[in-house]
Order: sequence, then structure tokens, then C-alpha cells
Amino acid sequence: MKFVNEYRSPKIAQEYVAEIARITTRPWKIMEICGGQTHSIVKYGIDKLLPAQITLIHGPGCPVCVTSVDLIDQAIALAALPEVIFCTFGDMLRIPGSERKDLRSLKAQGGDVRIIYSPLDAVKIALQNPDRQVVFFAVGFETTVPTTAMAVYQASQLEIENFSALVAHVLVPPAMETILASSENCVQGFLAAGHVCTITGYEDYLEIALQYDIPIVITGFEPVDILQGIYMCIKQLEAGIVEVENQYSRSVSYEGNQTAQQLIREVFETTSRQWRGIGMIEESGLKLRDRYSKFDAEKRFNLKDHQTQESSDCISGLILQGIKKPTQCEAFGKKCTPENPLGAPMVSSEGACAAYYRYRQLVFS
Amino acid sequence: MINLSCPIPLQQYPHILMAHGGGGRLMQQLIQMFLTAFGTADSIGHDAAILGLKSNKIAFTTDSYVVKPLFFPGGDIGSLAVNGTVNDLAMAGARPLYLSVGFILEEGLSIETLWQVALSIQQAAKIANVKIVTGDTKVVDRGKGDGIFINTTGIGVIEHSQIIAPQSVQPGDLILLNGDLARHGIAIMAVREELEFETTIESDSAALAEEVLELIAANIEIHCLRDLTRGGLASVLNEIAVAAKVGIEIDESLIPVREDVQGACEILGFDPLYVANEGRFVAFIPQKHGDRALEIMRSHPSSHATIIGKVVADQNWLVTLQSVIGSKRIVDLLSGEQLPRIC
Ligand code: SF4
Repeated sequence: MKFVNEYRSPKIAQEYVAEIARITTRPWKIMEICGGQTHSIVKYGIDKLLPAQITLIHGPGCPVCVTSVDLIDQAIALAALPEVIFCTFGDMLRIPGSERKDLRSLKAQGGDVRIIYSPLDAVKIALQNPDRQVVFFAVGFETTVPTTAMAVYQASQLEIENFSALVAHVLVPPAMETILASSENCVQGFLAAGHVCTITGYEDYLEIALQYDIPIVITGFEPVDILQGIYMCIKQLEAGIVEVENQYSRSVSYEGNQTAQQLIREVFETTSRQWRGIGMIEESGLKLRDRYSKFDAEKRFNLKDHQTQESSDCISGLILQGIKKPTQCEAFGKKCTPENPLGAPMVSSEGACAAYYRYRQLVFS
Repeated sequence: MINLSCPIPLQQYPHILMAHGGGGRLMQQLIQMFLTAFGTADSIGHDAAILGLKSNKIAFTTDSYVVKPLFFPGGDIGSLAVNGTVNDLAMAGARPLYLSVGFILEEGLSIETLWQVALSIQQAAKIANVKIVTGDTKVVDRGKGDGIFINTTGIGVIEHSQIIAPQSVQPGDLILLNGDLARHGIAIMAVREELEFETTIESDSAALAEEVLELIAANIEIHCLRDLTRGGLASVLNEIAVAAKVGIEIDESLIPVREDVQGACEILGFDPLYVANEGRFVAFIPQKHGDRALEIMRSHPSSHATIIGKVVADQNWLVTLQSVIGSKRIVDLLSGEQLPRIC
């Protein structure tokens, strides 16, 4: 496996840092949408290298953070059923549902919860366990959708009766619009998620940029990518230009991956979806089309009437939209810590609250 | 190499039965098997081992090993159980001498597998220069164990007057690391999750005592030693920072991580700083002895020892890392275990 070390080159990174400092004349607020980018920013300390005038706001791009509490509760209820093998990506295990229950504690109590790396593994498990029900928790943005689509498509081709998906997929552009349309919006430029655009292309982003008069730079995940993305964004802002630029052209094309899009359209259609902390966003999620509805875990297990209870202390919605900082949350670092999280942004390594918690000593001292 | 063959007639009882733990003839056969593998130290056969220790400073440690799968690239549960305990003694600056080995076997385990593990224990003990002097075997019902659980307890002697402990760590100390990070954890993960990488990543599992004893013999002043097992480098440095009430500064670009391991970590969403190792340790050494210590560590076959950072005065007892692109961040303790990420 080869690595693109040039995207981590200290020399190139420092050059961008210097250039950004040189061209910045005013305060700017830029939101990186993707949790992967937040992670890189925290890991490499990119925010600490930027001029004080630039504020990076961590967006709602952590799929773990935005999955609604009722879906988490449904997942926990499904995983508790003795006939179910519940398959999920690892980072969903600690997300608290109602009353702070999570999949990890359910696993400890005997629930058959398995960490997988690809939805196709869940199909394999279904084939190996014909007498059990295998449920895949389909979480993630446009990046993870094609493999879920492939898993459902495969299950349908192979006529697998014991596989279903609890679908929680969400789409990025509607969330960007919700943030921009809010009266409290303070975002002036976007770094869009490179890997999402690898699938979707960036046609949709043109409309958003023009309608809301905001520069958007499609950006990768390596430190140099992010610094270059910030540089391109600041350059537009300083010049008063609004464009969609593609920093991540080594992977993203205007049209995106057509084959993947076709597969997604075959299996899914858009639906309104509840975002944890933010609320309902029209047409922001995906659900299985009718012809695949027998693979819909919600329907198969009839879990609809579930009482859910979100912690009233958690202001994760405001945090995910960049309106408040984690340190402005009453519960931050007191009632809510990574060991005992109230809300999802404190759980996921990409969540803003967890990232701030790591830096608390420096923030406070 | 080993020229032993398993003394249990395999055709007769190819699998562990509950009766192998029952105290009767089958259990005697099992004990015979371990005696053949481990060699007969004088004291075996009594209820307790009688040890002649010529030192008034004894190091004593115990650890249990539960690893799935039992065999993995670069090692197995047997060698791990020996090396792990030997390394714990070594980290106290002791010369490891004696081990006990306790097995918890699951009904249905193949005798062939157990024999392979026993041979691996024998081999590892030979390399680490320790004797296995006592042991125990229990059998649990099928489904109540993962094949084999092993507990090893070790005794070693301290033959020098240095105080090797976190409390001896001081600002100005250099931090030496004896090789590349994260191989053990990733090797296990790769087999367990059937992940296919271009190359096979082998565990770093190894006994560390010889290397440490050589440092001591060379009169290197050692303030603290710690092997990097679960929780990896990040957890160990945090523990020591708190225990010694100091700050620790490390430099990411000086920490060796093999390219294939780095790649696997990226795919799994792991940070190599937190991944488990089984043959790696850090040494806190005063600056004046740093170069000489490095030289000794590097003379060991698998060693790519480097100086990865230093101890500083810091009232917040923080571990900070200079990232490859030149900024600083805190290396915190992990909350819970490291779990694979979505994206
Ligand atoms: S600190 Fe905890 S309670 Fe507050 S917003 Fe973040 S996750 Fe929610």
C-alpha cells in the first residue's frame, strides 16, 4: 500500500500556512462539512497554524453524530432480539440512545452485535446463518451509500430472506442548505467533502453557491489538501468571488461516479429525515424503494411505535450548525464527557465536543 | 529446534474432554504432556515449586492472556503468554527467572492445538531464558471459553541498585522507543476480521529482558521503563506523565510506523499511537546516557530504536505531539476501546 506523502509534506503545508496568512485581511468563518476533515484538522493541529482571524467551524458531517435518537433506539431494540445478528460499523457502538443506552452495553448483555467493515460482510453473515435474521445498520453519507445499495441489490439477486437494513443514510447538500437558510447562520465559506463528491460529483453545489452567495471548495482529507482548500476559499472570500472550486481533482469529477449513482437510484429514493440535534430536513435522507422494501428492517420488524427521549441538556444541534461552541454547553466536561456522553458529538472521534474535550486544558488555562 | 512429539495418543482423545480437568488418568496424561514440552525442572511433581533465589529484591508479576485467534502472523497465545510476563519483569529492571503457567481449556479444543501452544511456550521460555516451574490446568464447558486462556506468573531478581519507576522520571529525560509501532494490534485485527492487505503484517511479539539487562550492565542510568501493550504508546506516556507529574513532548516524525501498518490503520480508522504492541518499550534515560543507550538498543536484531521525545516540566502533566506538519496537539487517553470508524 503506497501513501501520498506529498499531501503530508511539512514544507508544502508551511507554504500554504504562510500564503493563507499573507492574503487574510479580515475575519472569516469557514465550515468543513465532513467529519473526516474535522478529524484531520484536530489530529494535525491545522486550526492552530491558521491566522487568528480564521475560524474553522465543524459541520454536521459526522454521520454518527447526526443519526437520530429514534434510529439508535430502534437499532438497540433490534439488536436485543434473540433471532437477530446486528451488524454495524464500530463507531456506532457507543452512541447513546434514549436513557443513555447504547449498542456496546447491549452487546455486553448478550446481544449478538457484530462490527463489520462493509455491508457486504452482513450479506455474507446472512448466508452463513440461514436460521437467524441479519440486520445491517446502514449509516453514513453519500460515500457509504453505494455499498449499502450493492448489499441490498445482492441480497435481492440471491433471494436472501434473512437480510435487512435499518437505513439511516443522509445526504450532504440539504444539510448545507439548512445551515445557510438559518437566521443564525454565520458560515461564510464551505469546504465540501471530497469523498462524498467522488460519488456524487458537484453539480448540486453550483446551485447552493449561487443561491446563498457562498464559496464552496471541494476538499480532500490530508493536511495539505485541507490547507489548500482553506487557501482557495479565503482567496475567493477576499476577492469577493463566489465559485465552486475543486481542490480534490485527483479523485473528484464534475459528474462523479455514474455507476455508483445508478446503483443508488436503483435501490434508494430520497425521503425527509430527522437529523439528531438539527431536526427534520426535507429530502435529506434515503430510503429503500418499494421494490426493495422487503429488505427494510423497520418494516420487517415493525418497530414504528417507539418512545424516544433525547437528553434535554444536549445542545448538539446548535453545535453541529456552528451556532454555538461545545464550551458554551452547560453539560460540557461536567455531565457530559467522552466516558459518559450525553450527545453524539462527544462520542465520535470526529465529533466537535470530543475534539474540544481533548483540548480542554489548553482552552481553559 | 524442537524434537518433541506429543505423548498423548492423539487417535484416542483428539480433543479436550471435561475429564481432562477431572483429576484422573486423562489429567495425568495432560500433565505428562506439559512436562514433556516444558522440560522437568527439579521442583515439578511437588505441590509447589521450591526456588533458590540469591537476591533480596524480587520482582513478581502475573498476567492473563485471552487472544483470538490463538495463532496469528508472528506469534501465538503461547509465546505471547511467556513474552508478556517476561517483559513485565524486565520493565521493573529484573532478570526473569521462573514462570508458572495456568491453562483454562475449553472442552472440545484439539489436543494437537494445545500441543502446538505448549511447544511455543517451551520455545519462547528458552529464548527468554526462563524456567517453567509450576502450572495448573482447568477445563470449562464448551462455549465457556475461547479455546485456551493462559495465565502466567513470573518471578525475577533485581541485581542492581537503580530505582526504575515513573517517580524517577525528570524533566530533561530523553524518551527512547525500541522499534516501530502498532504491528501486534494490526496483525491480530487483520486475521480476526479477515482483512486482506498486500503484505502479511506480523506481530512484534518479542522478549525484551536481554535488551534491558544489557542496558543495565552497561551502567546506563534508567529512570523508567514501560512496555507498550494495550492502549499503545499514547496510554503509557499519559500514565507516566501523571505518575511522574511531568509533561511529555514527542515528535510524530520520529515515531517509526511501517507503511503497511500505517495504511491498515487509515483503513480501520485507528491511530497507531493507541494500537497494542507486544515487543515494544519506552525507556526514560537522562540526556547524558541517551546516545549510548540508543546504540545498545540498536544492536538488537529487530530494533529500530529512536529517540522520540523528551520530558519537560508542565504543571498540567500533558502529553503533546508535534505533528508532521509542524503544529502541536495533545495526545489524550482513549475513552473506551478503539473502534473502527465509518469514513
Ligand atoms: S457537550 Fe455533550 S451535552 Fe453538550 S452539546 Fe456536546 S454532546 Fe451535547
